Amino acid sequence: MATVDYPLDRPPVKDTEFSFSQALYSWVATVDHKRLGLMYIVSALLFFVVAGIMAAVIRLQLMFPENDLVGPATYNRLFTMHGTTMVFLVGMPMVAGFSNYLVPLMIGARDMAFPRLNAFGFWIFLFGGLLLYYSYIGGGGLQGAGSAPDVGWFAYAPLSEGAFSRGSATDYWALGVMVAGIGSIASAINVIATALCMRCPGMSLSRMPVFVWVMLIDSWLIVVALPPLTAGQIMLMLDRHLHANFFDTQAGGSAVLWQHIFWIFGHPEVYILIFPAFAILSEVIPVFSRKPLFGRPAMVGAVVAIGFISLGVWAHHMFAVGMTSWSNSFFAASTMFVGIPTGIKIFNWTATMYGGKLRLDTPLLFCCGFLLQFLVAGLTGIMLGVAPFDWQLHDTYFVVAHFHFTLLLGLVFGLFAGIYYWYPKAFGRMYNEKLGKLHFWLFCIGANLTFIPLHFAGMLGMPRRIYTYPAGRGWEGWNMVSTVGVFFQAAGILFFLWTMVRSAFVGEPAGDDPWDGWTLEWATSSPPPEYNFEKLPVVRSSRPLWDLKHPHDPDWKFE
Amino acid sequence: MLNPVIALLLQVQVPGVAEHRVTDIFTPLASPAAAEKNIAMLTIAITTAIFVVVGGLILFTIFRFRRRPGDDLHQEPPQVYGSNQIEAAWTIIPLLIVFILIGVSARVIAAVQNASPPKSTLHVTVIGHQWWWEVYYPDYGVRTANEIHIPANIDGQTATYLTLQSADVIHSFWVPQLSGKMDLIPNRNNYLWIDPKDPGVYVGNCAEYCGTQHAKMLLRVIAQTPADFNKWAADQRKPQEENAQAAGAKAAFESLSCISCHAVRGTSAAGRFGPDLTHLMTRQTLAAGIMVNNGRSLRDWVNDPQYPKPGCFMPSMKLTNQELDQVVAYLQSLN
Repeated sequence: MATVDYPLDRPPVKDTEFSFSQALYSWVATVDHKRLGLMYIVSALLFFVVAGIMAAVIRLQLMFPENDLVGPATYNRLFTMHGTTMVFLVGMPMVAGFSNYLVPLMIGARDMAFPRLNAFGFWIFLFGGLLLYYSYIGGGGLQGAGSAPDVGWFAYAPLSEGAFSRGSATDYWALGVMVAGIGSIASAINVIATALCMRCPGMSLSRMPVFVWVMLIDSWLIVVALPPLTAGQIMLMLDRHLHANFFDTQAGGSAVLWQHIFWIFGHPEVYILIFPAFAILSEVIPVFSRKPLFGRPAMVGAVVAIGFISLGVWAHHMFAVGMTSWSNSFFAASTMFVGIPTGIKIFNWTATMYGGKLRLDTPLLFCCGFLLQFLVAGLTGIMLGVAPFDWQLHDTYFVVAHFHFTLLLGLVFGLFAGIYYWYPKAFGRMYNEKLGKLHFWLFCIGANLTFIPLHFAGMLGMPRRIYTYPAGRGWEGWNMVSTVGVFFQAAGILFFLWTMVRSAFVGEPAGDDPWDGWTLEWATSSPPPEYNFEKLPVVRSSRPLWDLKHPHDPDWKFE
Repeated sequence: MLNPVIALLLQVQVPGVAEHRVTDIFTPLASPAAAEKNIAMLTIAITTAIFVVVGGLILFTIFRFRRRPGDDLHQEPPQVYGSNQIEAAWTIIPLLIVFILIGVSARVIAAVQNASPPKSTLHVTVIGHQWWWEVYYPDYGVRTANEIHIPANIDGQTATYLTLQSADVIHSFWVPQLSGKMDLIPNRNNYLWIDPKDPGVYVGNCAEYCGTQHAKMLLRVIAQTPADFNKWAADQRKPQEENAQAAGAKAAFESLSCISCHAVRGTSAAGRFGPDLTHLMTRQTLAAGIMVNNGRSLRDWVNDPQYPKPGCFMPSMKLTNQELDQVVAYLQSLN
């Protein structure tokens, strides 16, 4: 046996003996996909808490008619920062975080294809987010006329132009989001390269886990859809500083052009955001139902179809800008077609559970919540797709309720399912099931209480983005109930944070495979070592661990 | 919590005019809104049916197949991988539903957007400003603000065509009981038509976020019998009458910077930035519908517009009490 020869000046140190500065250095300088994945998810959760507090202030302001908790300027900044944060600093890093942590583990790779690009992506995202928040200090600009951006998350021109948005607030919005977007594109390119080139022996594309498939398509969508936004933001900056007059209507520019550019990005973007939830459900539901995903090829096909159709629906955000009846009809039709592959997904997840043995622990509870609530979101989406109905519903609280059902009661429920499901893998310890369930029920009740009433407020004519409203229009009751729901949500989130932090230290040891899973991440230790697998696995079907656990009835016999 | 001016507004009843304080999209009182309501009801019926069926299936599945205490944990359920027939079924049925909805939508879109104007049509140009509405009647040469007077469609042959423009950023015209919304976009003309049958006041709001005071950019459409409307238009068309009693007040008004932004037809006040004040006292409300128009609220408004409407472009001019009295006296003489 050969003796290990350590260099004399650098004695080996164990992880546990790291000093604080060494630990900090090891995290800052890391290129390990798991650490970067966790850093993405933790930063996203921090931004989630900040944006959540903003939402709570918004709801408190709207609790009563003519309330004066915050003034109009503050309120407009709150909803702008809430929206921008949730989309670009919570949703997008969650895409990157989950795909970073899980894609290499699931395809049996040692790391992402480009580890350094991966680290670059994370840090530029984080600093993009901090740049956006620095606007609270620097947004005044030389004229001292601003603070945080107050132009709404889609920053419609010409409100975002120099004449109407003075100071530097909108510049911080454009630059912060643009910089964070560079991180998203870097991460997306990395996921594509990893999924296409780094799969372990035997893992053909048809055997790739559905999670990886969905993230692969999601990454393509990011690469296709994000550059138009970046281009638009550069044009906006040119307008603001060099008078390029793309969108400056006072100099002959076009306000509608900005809307087209923004929504060519913006509509694929909402599918980019929801795809991680699709990916997570497609892993959690089978394992917790003890059955393989029903109609696996149809599920992958549906995601591909959603990806393609989503590139052709953008102008359904613009039914009220005065397009021709032909354009309105076209976008109404394409919007409704998205409902079909989305429906297929809901049916297949349900069929996966049908006939199974459902283990109703926290991850599956969140998936069940997702299914029912996302169904509501899909159906209100159909209502909004019917253009004449949308002329009434557009820019009302009905729309606010619709997209919160998609993104909060949909996406965020999916993310919670994923966080609880892979928590034991990432930390080697089990979360507290009781606290998890408490989190689920409080959050589920709270979110429904908050957003169901807003549909009705919208149908009663309440426009969105108003800092106050007159009494006597029948909006008071709905708004009151909606705000009460916030307290339940906040309590749920507190239990979530508590179990996340506490269980990392005192949770029960989870073992390598606590859920009796089927994909490769459960084949390595919890938490996985830096190299992921001692020996690269060889797979023969889409459920390699099922094959190992059931040698008499392996999947590869049927595939 | 209730702002006093708003509380006042709640009690306001213009004599002889029914006031619809509702903005409910399901009680339409004009043709476009009625067409939109009908298709909305159809859509809601279809989506509710889907929700009941699919939601019921999901709930049934969760309850029926949940793991029970006595279950053998080592016994895996039968492994089912899928079924092409079932996939086809739940692709084709939604496809049929979608085709129905697309057909109906296209029909209503064309019916509302491409309707040809009836015999007697009033043309009105509405110009959105940061946080008020300028209303111009090209056929009458009348310019007013925030309240759009139109003839009611009593004979079934009357409609009002609105040409929508913006002076600054994007706004959106929305009076839910009359019609869905249409944006007012700078450098662009958009069109919308309305034909309420009943005389009355219809309320709405700006529906596109347009800056600080988007919330307080309310809108009133006042439908009158054709006779009343013609009388109103004829009155509005007259230049502002000189009121001998208010001559001193008028001089004070004209000596202040009010006239940089406001116009009173027939006087030296010719500003275009703020609302035209000609015949101001014939309007029911002030400041884009946020307060009732009377001497007291006029005085409050002129004294400090930033209190009821923080961030609006009318500054407090720091008038002395005497100046304030004179300005309000003059404004009250603008019948």
